[in-house]
Amino acid sequence: MTLHLLASFAPPYWLSTVIKVLVISIVVPTTALILGMVFLFKVMSWMQSRLGPQEAGPRGTLQLLADGVKFLQKEDIAPNGADMFVFKAAPLVVLMSTLLLYVALPASAHLVVANLDVGIFYVLAVSSLSVLGVLMAGWASANKYSLMGGLRAAGQLIAYELPMVLAVLGVVIQAGTMSLNGIVFAQADGTIFGWSGIGNPYILTQFVGFVIFIAAVQAELTQPPFDMPVAESEIVSGYQVEYTGFRFLIFFLAEFATAFVFAGIASILFLGGWAVPWLETGSDWYYVLGPIVLFAKVMIVSFIIFWVRFTYPRFREDQLQSFAWKFLIPLALVNIVITAVLKVVF
Amino acid sequence: MSAEYSDFLRQYLTVAIFAVVGIGLGATLLGIGRIFRPVRPQEQKYLVYESGVDPVGTGWSQSQIRYYIYALLFVMFDVEAVFIFPWATRLEEYGTFGLIEMLIFVAILALGLLYAWRKKVLRWV
Repeated sequence: MTLHLLASFAPPYWLSTVIKVLVISIVVPTTALILGMVFLFKVMSWMQSRLGPQEAGPRGTLQLLADGVKFLQKEDIAPNGADMFVFKAAPLVVLMSTLLLYVALPASAHLVVANLDVGIFYVLAVSSLSVLGVLMAGWASANKYSLMGGLRAAGQLIAYELPMVLAVLGVVIQAGTMSLNGIVFAQADGTIFGWSGIGNPYILTQFVGFVIFIAAVQAELTQPPFDMPVAESEIVSGYQVEYTGFRFLIFFLAEFATAFVFAGIASILFLGGWAVPWLETGSDWYYVLGPIVLFAKVMIVSFIIFWVRFTYPRFREDQLQSFAWKFLIPLALVNIVITAVLKVVF
Repeated sequence: MSAEYSDFLRQYLTVAIFAVVGIGLGATLLGIGRIFRPVRPQEQKYLVYESGVDPVGTGWSQSQIRYYIYALLFVMFDVEAVFIFPWATRLEEYGTFGLIEMLIFVAILALGLLYAWRKKVLRWV
């Protein structure tokens, strides 16, 4: 049977690495395109009583591809005073951070680029790399708006990295492992206070953690309502202001691909990842079913993220900081204490 | 070298390879763009953007980084997180002893945050 063939396919290390590189190089832009088309163009338009793009492709679905081709033809301009090397390296650093996030994302028990033991810890570490790229872009552009945008982005990362780490801690306490696959297994085999009907998707027992995590993800992506670093009405796209053509497109691509991968991490941590209830996690079906299930869950989480994005007005910089420090961090600390107590008592 | 250890190292070799691929992918895209895009240099194109008027002074002007105290607090909390993660994975084995230990640890941290709060450090200046 085909499933058995898939299950027994175990190429040597270098061949499998080449396959993984090819797959990831295709997956990253594709996921960014899907999120951009579905949410940024269509869902956003419908929420604002517009039709959105209509011309390119059936019902405007190929609009983003058309835009990509357009960006490809734009002249490559860097401002006079820019620090050229840093200016050109910045988008690449951001893209690298995105790609490294995909490395740890499991689409089923074996469909994962590198099944790291410290998976979620690695994800948190690598996701902070992108702000380095943003700071580089802001500094190297030699533009006042860029510099302010870059500094704001760094300040925002500092504020929202902590709620994210602390929200993840609740999950790690419950699962007893940092491996992303281990967390999926723990949810599939888990029980909610002894009831094992649907396993234990942590969104039910870690709902506070889920809300904090999603808010922090929103902030890390610098999406509204946390878009002070790129606020177009005051600092005209912040760190991106001097970037044209394909370099700008790389920032765009990285933002949406990161949105996808964070939605994936959220579905693995809180929604049971690639597993579905009532089907054993060891089943061969997951070679086919796993990616589909994960994709469906990612779309649900993305919808929440983008729904918030299209609905709420922008936070002011001081509101943004006090929301993180005075509300999210204390809440997350209380959450991990309660989780730990319940874990030991039950 | 044991097979398990080399497997462990290989995972991080994969990560390193993908770091290079990330840079390479972006560079390749830009390289492809080079074929298609025009190059028509003009003095005005290379001016820094400042809402349509000629830029005043240099872009690297001095600015106040208002959140440097937040940054100090961040370092404190981030290091704390590194301590909590290993504990979190082993909580079941530690049981009540580990729980009380960590409650004291978290309480001290919360006290630190409370102190900063009372000292009005968390106020945007």
